[in-house]
Amino acid sequence: MANSVIQVENLVKRYGDVEAVRGVSFAVEEGEVFGLLGPNGAGKTSTVEILEGLRTLDSGRVSVCGLDPQRNAQELKHEIGAALQSTSLPDKLRVMEALRLFSSFYKRRRDPEDLLKRFGLEEKRNTFYNQLSGGQKQRLALAMALVNDPKVVFFDEPTAGLDPQVRREIYDIIEELKREKKTLVMTTHYIEEAERLCDRVAIVDHGKVIALGTPRDLKAHAGGATRIEVRLSKPETDGVLKTLDGVADARVVDGTCVIHSKRPPQAIVSLVKHLEAQGNELISLEIATPSLEDVFIEMTGRRLRD
Amino acid sequence: MTNFATLTRMRIQLTLRNKMFLFFSVIMPFGFFFLYAGVFAKGVPLGVQYFMGPVIALTVMGSFWGLSAALVMFREQGILRRFHVTPVTPSDMLASSVVANFVLTLPTVLLEFLFARTIFHVTHFGDLLSTFLLIALGTVSFASMGLVVASVTNTMQETQVINQIIWFPLIFLSGATVPLANLPQVAKRVGLFLPATYLVTGLQSAIYWAVAPWSVDVLLALCSLAVWGALTFFLSAQLFRWEPESKIPRRAKLLAAATAIPFFLLGIWENKTNRTMAQAQAMFESLSGPSKSAPPADSHK
Repeated sequence: MANSVIQVENLVKRYGDVEAVRGVSFAVEEGEVFGLLGPNGAGKTSTVEILEGLRTLDSGRVSVCGLDPQRNAQELKHEIGAALQSTSLPDKLRVMEALRLFSSFYKRRRDPEDLLKRFGLEEKRNTFYNQLSGGQKQRLALAMALVNDPKVVFFDEPTAGLDPQVRREIYDIIEELKREKKTLVMTTHYIEEAERLCDRVAIVDHGKVIALGTPRDLKAHAGGATRIEVRLSKPETDGVLKTLDGVADARVVDGTCVIHSKRPPQAIVSLVKHLEAQGNELISLEIATPSLEDVFIEMTGRRLRD
Repeated sequence: MTNFATLTRMRIQLTLRNKMFLFFSVIMPFGFFFLYAGVFAKGVPLGVQYFMGPVIALTVMGSFWGLSAALVMFREQGILRRFHVTPVTPSDMLASSVVANFVLTLPTVLLEFLFARTIFHVTHFGDLLSTFLLIALGTVSFASMGLVVASVTNTMQETQVINQIIWFPLIFLSGATVPLANLPQVAKRVGLFLPATYLVTGLQSAIYWAVAPWSVDVLLALCSLAVWGALTFFLSAQLFRWEPESKIPRRAKLLAAATAIPFFLLGIWENKTNRTMAQAQAMFESLSGPSKSAPPADSHK
């Protein structure tokens, strides 16, 4: 804990009457990729923007690289790099100009040519910002977060709104940063993203951390059970489903029965028998391997979806 | 290079790539120039020299439009947020706007002088030091006013509305369009509370009557613009907002209104002494009365 790069203790942030962050605590170690996973409006962006020194906190304590983001904002900004959500650049700024301009603000700099190459933007070096595609804009945003060779990098929803192809490109970039042992904090509402990229994940909901650990530990915590999702022609209560042979846990989420089982074949057989006896019918059935989605469902009774 | 210098260069580059700039900073000022020199002054060199003051004042003042709009657009689109995570400070951001604006206004002003000389054969441009100082302080102070407008408005529409509200009295009650001498008494009295009046009369004194910077007519304009410019710039840095969603504090609008104080006080004094009005009247009469083509000795010292 003592040498954590980022420390957050009991962080609270209010917007008027709304409490967006309600007592969040976590620590990020050097060289770690740390993910904040949660639905939109969970308080992820507020938390990250407080760490970046963009927003003030209402109570609690945060430190980044040993600095207070509010009191040492100027110093801190030399140490961090960020790709923000809902940000933009001037339409008529060229790619290379943007990289050069932003790197000029820092004491420590990385060669913009290098970043251009690495983020696959060489051919776009003289293109105006408003002529870039969504994926190119995002790659530029990530490249710009690295112009000062920062100690800590923040990526806020790095793949939101991008198509799967571009998303995979961004994953590759993040995995490369991971190999370089960069300390990276990222927010996301994509489960696969958190599972694939993050060393540790804090699952955030309604301004609180509801689970924290490595993706593997979190999944184990959820029972490591297979998820079976069924839709029935007549509604069924979770109480009855829970009693079936092979079913570890069952609950009804948005009209779908979500069953967790360590012995899926038995669970399915007993479910089908039960339905026949009840004169109920199976409309659809899906089987999913355990994921962080299961952790979220278990903790909140809701799904984590965009 | 410092952050301020690189930002200034970026702003100049971006403005030159913007088509709106061409209209507001090139076409419009030259439109005014040829209207005044060709139509109002009928191309007569002395008349052109008389109208150079208002023309230059319009060019200098007009630049606040683009400046306030650009800053609000930067904030609305989330561009300022991106700068907020860098070590760039509000002062870097604002000072670069003001300086870029000055650098971009200067060529237009120089071209206006060049055209006056080559097309309308004006041989004398009065006191060049006075003229330059007034142009410099005028550009900087009106740009700072643009920054204050940007800090108390949230959207481009709001900014444009406020700009219109400010712009019309500035050009119609200051002598920039209708010579002060021709304005009705009430308008004259109101005009004395506007910074534009002192810029127009100051420039006219400098160019038409070659008044030196240390004589009262120009010095007063220089000092009042400097005080007002410093106040508006300081305030715009205090009220600066990076984030589109951050609210305008209630005291902001009050503080913005407080920038009117220097010219409010000057206006009261001028309404009593009638000094600037007399100067404007004398210059106007010397233009219409052919016998008095030169300033009466000592009258403006």
